Amino acid sequence: MSFHETPTPIDKRFFTTGVKILIALMITGLSFGLYRMIFGLGSTTNLTDQYPWGMWIGVDVASGVALAAGGFTTAFLAHILHREHFHAIVRPALLTAMLGYTFVGIGLMFDLGRWYNIWHPALPMMWQGNSVLFEVGMCVMVYLTVLYIEFLPVVTERFIGQVNLPGMLSFFNEPIDRLLSFLDNILGKVMFVFVIAGVVLSCLHQSSLGTLMVISPYKMHPLYWSPLSPLFFLASAIAVGYPMVIFESMIASKSFGHKTEMDILTPLAKFIPYLLGSYIVLKIGDMIYRGTYVYLFEGSTQSRMFWLEFGILTVVPFLMLLSSRVRSSAGWLFTAATMYILGVLLNRCAVFFVAYQPPFAEKAYFPAIGEFALTIGLIATLMLVYRVFVSILPVIPAPERGAISSDNASIRIKQGI
Amino acid sequence: MSCRKDGAKNWDQQAIAFSLETGKYHNMGINRRDFIKQLAGIGGIALFAKDVNVWAGEQTTTLRDSLGVLVDTTLCVGCRSCEKACNQINQELPRKTPQSFNDNSVFDKKRRMAADSYTVVNRYNNPGNSGNPVYVKFQCMHCADPACVSACIVGALTKESNGAVKYDPWKCIGCRYCMTACPFQVPAYEYNNATTPQVRKCTFCFEKRTSKGKAPACVQACPMEVMTFGKKRELIKIAKKRIEKYPDRYIPHLYGEHELGGTSWLYLSSLPFEKIDFPKFGYISTPSYTEPIQHAIFKHFIPPLTLFAVLGGFMWFLRQRKTESKSVLNEEGQEK
Repeated sequence: MSFHETPTPIDKRFFTTGVKILIALMITGLSFGLYRMIFGLGSTTNLTDQYPWGMWIGVDVASGVALAAGGFTTAFLAHILHREHFHAIVRPALLTAMLGYTFVGIGLMFDLGRWYNIWHPALPMMWQGNSVLFEVGMCVMVYLTVLYIEFLPVVTERFIGQVNLPGMLSFFNEPIDRLLSFLDNILGKVMFVFVIAGVVLSCLHQSSLGTLMVISPYKMHPLYWSPLSPLFFLASAIAVGYPMVIFESMIASKSFGHKTEMDILTPLAKFIPYLLGSYIVLKIGDMIYRGTYVYLFEGSTQSRMFWLEFGILTVVPFLMLLSSRVRSSAGWLFTAATMYILGVLLNRCAVFFVAYQPPFAEKAYFPAIGEFALTIGLIATLMLVYRVFVSILPVIPAPERGAISSDNASIRIKQGI
Repeated sequence: MSCRKDGAKNWDQQAIAFSLETGKYHNMGINRRDFIKQLAGIGGIALFAKDVNVWAGEQTTTLRDSLGVLVDTTLCVGCRSCEKACNQINQELPRKTPQSFNDNSVFDKKRRMAADSYTVVNRYNNPGNSGNPVYVKFQCMHCADPACVSACIVGALTKESNGAVKYDPWKCIGCRYCMTACPFQVPAYEYNNATTPQVRKCTFCFEKRTSKGKAPACVQACPMEVMTFGKKRELIKIAKKRIEKYPDRYIPHLYGEHELGGTSWLYLSSLPFEKIDFPKFGYISTPSYTEPIQHAIFKHFIPPLTLFAVLGGFMWFLRQRKTESKSVLNEEGQEK
């Protein structure tokens, strides 16, 4: 591997304007979260008996899980297919997935009425194998553990031989160091088990998330209800993995003043049309087969949502990414990636609360201010934690001082990597 | 078959047409090929046709012996005695004064069950006889194959052998998936309880009455004998006899006999059921859409383990190839 892409902790001023804004958003959001914990869901959300699931399930949980798909898709590419060219993006994607799933759990704690019982699905006496949600819950819990294990080498790499606790704690320096070396040694040998497990678990729960609403055929708009929904969820999650990596990578390099790594992102973008195309073909095929295209022009909120999330934010980025000019231009690539990320976000919202049309509902659900605030606050917190992590741990590959990215690419090509 | 093509607006009709056909299979026995074809019409569950088939058989057996209530809406006068009895027996509900149940102004608005009431009576206009409105009591239908039970992540909702669908708040994590899943939109939630919110719905008076063979409190309290409590098998016979005997009084449909695979509560009506707010459902229970998918993915863990093995094989094979090509490269390098 060429030396220039070695991940290093980012050494930049922490309290930038951006960080200050994030902190403000975090405090606002978490105060609404605290309010919900004290006064209940009814006081903070617009949820009703008719609309029991809203923004926190649609965005914090369902979209959070989908948008963390960069973790398993890059692990698949770099570790299982051994495309070493893409190693530089594995760690940032892994960190995003790890934090993403952690925040899915935290978001869920605010949404669950009896959040202190969140561990119940892990008790064998309460296992309920018919429940789709049980499967999602178990997979997410196990996958989160797998993600932490996959991330451990980043920690050992940073701290082996460098454990230097001050004062009284210095007594622990040696044992901790030995523990890290031990972990490092073991993990190196068994990591492949976790890497594959991560991909399998992701496939399982990404698809099961799509099965959740299949149980409500009478309440879902036909554009969004299909027995193939699990497949749609899986395919769209796989398709959004690389756009998400591209999006993050570009934001990170902009934020840390690095040069955009187009030599990695452009080849990565080449996979997207295949993945996104498969999803589009599946979805259109299902629509034709079951005849649901008749609802496309009915002018309802649901049909407009479908045009927006599928027509504009899925098909258009797909067409854009077919062009090699789009894939090699930083600006266009970022636009296309962002569009599809928004597409997935809206798709999950559509499935979980826009297409959901319960009988006896007096008015449609729209999220309350508290719901927006907490969701935004959680995203801001996630970004802050991400920034803290990359400042301490070697996650983001720092380009060598003075080196120009295109030269690096040519070096790498010469080295046959 | 794929009926979604006809009629853009009433999309729910589609599933019904399909399910009614499958319902026929259930009753009159259409052949297996037609059954699969119909499933294919609605989508990918064709693969799991066998599972659905087996399921339908099992359910009918348990259903026959379970208890239920037949509600003859033509007899109801809207006295709300059932609501009062329900509030009195279910101690977990907020207490209401007995007088509050004499207030007839509640009929001006359609009500739904809520966290403070397990049953409500609504008034509907009778187009045939405007001076004689129709009153309909509603509560949890205690489905034969309840979506809420299938959905519950921790088994807090269970289907008891006597037909009751029971809720255990101590298991509940408050995810509200049962509410999302229930086709009748029955479970309500204590949104304003911050610490120990419960899912609230009719209990079929399980603890205090029906588990001991006694009729639910509402049935007991009804002065007009609107409701009949008994074995579901018997209730169906009674209902069919009434329809046969008084064809002018009832529309020829026993709601709940087949809807969603059957419900423990059965309804007779003089008005079409859509007119009294009963959703139009097919004859297949909604868990039979998700459970076959779910169980196929996890069957004996074969699919996930196969995926694991395939990915592992790929990983190993590609690494072998990589090391070989690298060693070739190294040798070339040494030659130089």
